[in-house]
Amino acid sequence: MPDAPTKPPAQQDETRRERVGGEGRHERRAGDPGAIRDYTRNLLRAPRAIRDSIVRHGAPTSDRARSQTVTSNFFLHILSVRIHLHSLRFSTTLGLGVITMVLFIILVITGVLLMIYYKPDVNEAYNSMQDIMYVVPTGRFMRNIHRWSAHGMVACVILHMARVFYTSAYKKPREINWVLGMMLFVLTLFLSFTGYLLPWDQLAFWAITIGANIAQSPREITDALGITQSFDVGGAQKELLLGAHYVGQEALTRFYVLHCVVLPLATALVIALHFWRIRKDGGLARPAERIPATPPGERKAAGSSKTWGLMAVVPGKTPAVDKELANTVPAYPNALYAIAALSMLTVMVMLILGYFFDAPLTEMANPAVPENPAKAPWYFLGLQELVSYSAFAGGVGIPAIVVIGLALIPYLDREKEEPGRWFSGRDGRRVAIYTAIFTAVVTIVMLALTVRYGWLRNWYPDIPQIVITLFNPGTVLVAIFALWSVATVRRTQSTRYGAIALFTCFIIAFVIMTYFATVHRGPNWEFYWTTSDWPTH
Amino acid sequence: MSDSPPETQTAESLEASPRFAPAESRRDWLGLVAICSALGTFVVALIGALRLPMPSVFPESQSRMKLGKPDAFPLGSTTNLKEASVWIVREEDGGMYALSAVCTHLGCVAMREEDGSFLCPCHGSVFEADGAVVAGPAPGGLPWLELSVSADGQIVVDKTRTVAPGTRLMLETKPV
Ligand code: HEM
Ligand code: FES
Repeated sequence: MPDAPTKPPAQQDETRRERVGGEGRHERRAGDPGAIRDYTRNLLRAPRAIRDSIVRHGAPTSDRARSQTVTSNFFLHILSVRIHLHSLRFSTTLGLGVITMVLFIILVITGVLLMIYYKPDVNEAYNSMQDIMYVVPTGRFMRNIHRWSAHGMVACVILHMARVFYTSAYKKPREINWVLGMMLFVLTLFLSFTGYLLPWDQLAFWAITIGANIAQSPREITDALGITQSFDVGGAQKELLLGAHYVGQEALTRFYVLHCVVLPLATALVIALHFWRIRKDGGLARPAERIPATPPGERKAAGSSKTWGLMAVVPGKTPAVDKELANTVPAYPNALYAIAALSMLTVMVMLILGYFFDAPLTEMANPAVPENPAKAPWYFLGLQELVSYSAFAGGVGIPAIVVIGLALIPYLDREKEEPGRWFSGRDGRRVAIYTAIFTAVVTIVMLALTVRYGWLRNWYPDIPQIVITLFNPGTVLVAIFALWSVATVRRTQSTRYGAIALFTCFIIAFVIMTYFATVHRGPNWEFYWTTSDWPTH
Repeated sequence: MSDSPPETQTAESLEASPRFAPAESRRDWLGLVAICSALGTFVVALIGALRLPMPSVFPESQSRMKLGKPDAFPLGSTTNLKEASVWIVREEDGGMYALSAVCTHLGCVAMREEDGSFLCPCHGSVFEADGAVVAGPAPGGLPWLELSVSADGQIVVDKTRTVAPGTRLMLETKPV
């Protein structure tokens, strides 16, 4: 200690004590009461010291302390310290991203609870589900919440994607976040799909049998080319998924691992990236400044760098006050309370659904007798309708085209425009409405024709499968939609309007197909006006 | 990296040649080696990890099943082996064949109708009594399975071996 001689001994002691953690043990001799005194004092102060070691600033009572809370708290720091008013508006996000995240968290919690009793064994799984339903305290409630949250998450992911799309929030620099979002979309669907098998009831068994055979359906192509012997992608995919040629113990183990470990971890990772990207992209997409410079109820701040007082947050000595901060408010409390409120609302809705509506559990899986009708969960029913034309086209080809097409949107539509406006203005809204009507008409006519007159095989029984695979109601619809959006690009001379047309085709066709397969398909996948017309056995 | 002697090089290629920055180029090269070996390690590890879930032995439950003596199947009868989703047909001339009822579309079990045709409940594929597909999305007919006679004189069906449609097992038709 070079400066020791210049300081009075008391102060030196103090410094020293600070440095070695308040002990100063070298200066003390045995019997000296100082250490014991320190010890007692530390013991008494421990609660406060522990709190201070976690919360490194004062109570969040001032804007400054709240800002520090946001930056220094691991969970809060996904928010920026200040948030733009546009991002806070309900009409910007409809709260959908946050709701999706909350649902994911609910799913993780209830899922872990279910794992405590669930046994991934073909002989035990169904019984353990029954135990969860009828014996385990709150078991049925947890299972219901898990099930409804899963449905809710799929719905919200789709709606969130639609809102991001229609507010053109996928544009530069957010392209990659849109792609990350697509990954989350696919991961969410895979989570649902893998979870569906676990109860090991009839519904589960047959849905997964169908799903696994969809994975095998590239054989429709390789068979037509005569190369299945040497190049059997379809077979390999099915074997990889099931670990066997049928849905059995191997498949259950694999689905269990995917559903409980691999996919949730992957999803959590991509969600983290997704949120990090939002921060890096400067918050949510928003139009150029239009909002009156001083938000109502906010302190007049423009021009005064003192008011912000956030030197720790804004680098440089002169924060860009007028430019970026004018229409922002502190994230704590504004964004934080909004998120908290949305979370509580989401949890409440799930609790209510879980309390009043039971998740289905049909009879135990029976590999000899399929469910009739064997219907997938609602979000896969549109696909099931497509699959009923051709397994490969409906189950692999069209979904791949849709997912790749959606992921490419930000790279194909690079038109510069103000993001954050719904439908990019009035013309875009008109394109969306025309397209919605067009899609509805085309899809319904197509379904009606198929139901009424059948398809190629009903007219030419000997037709080669490859013709049906390439040319069926599903692929015809996709071709019509592609042409329609190209025509829209030509007519409007705008790739953004073309993108609106394409996305609207996809959404409307998805909704109609889903509705049609849910309501109008009955036993043997035949058409019925209502479920009450179904033949009774 | 160019090995040609400097005199044959044009001014342009000289400029681009890494020889003029020997230290740099060595560093580049080492860096490249490092990246390649890292990538190589990663790829090999990835292939190794992905190889594991690809099964080489399948847990097929009894793919070969003994069905009993031929007498168990009277002439002109059709028998359903429910557990295996297989139909055994014995025709009037004594010929026998086995038809798998597993739909070639997406693996549901097709049901035999009154008239002998098969109807799949999942997406409505229809097959004739001999398995040929007549309607629906199934890409092919119901498969015919291999039948044989075991050493102890029992009929054996193998669920994993298909035969060309029309291949029947002929047994001499001695009256029972
Ligand atoms: C597990 C699923 C997902 C979660 C938890 C999630 C969460 C979020 C959250 C919380 C936001 C902030 C704004 C908001 O609430 O709308 C957001 C924004 C965004 N999301 Fe997602 N998201 C998911 C899936 C998707 C999907 C499927 C897409 C599109 C394919 C997508 C693309 C985007 C984009 C581009 C933004 C930035 C929007 C903007 O700047 O206005 N996300 N996401
Ligand atoms: S599984 Fe038989 S028609 Fe689809």
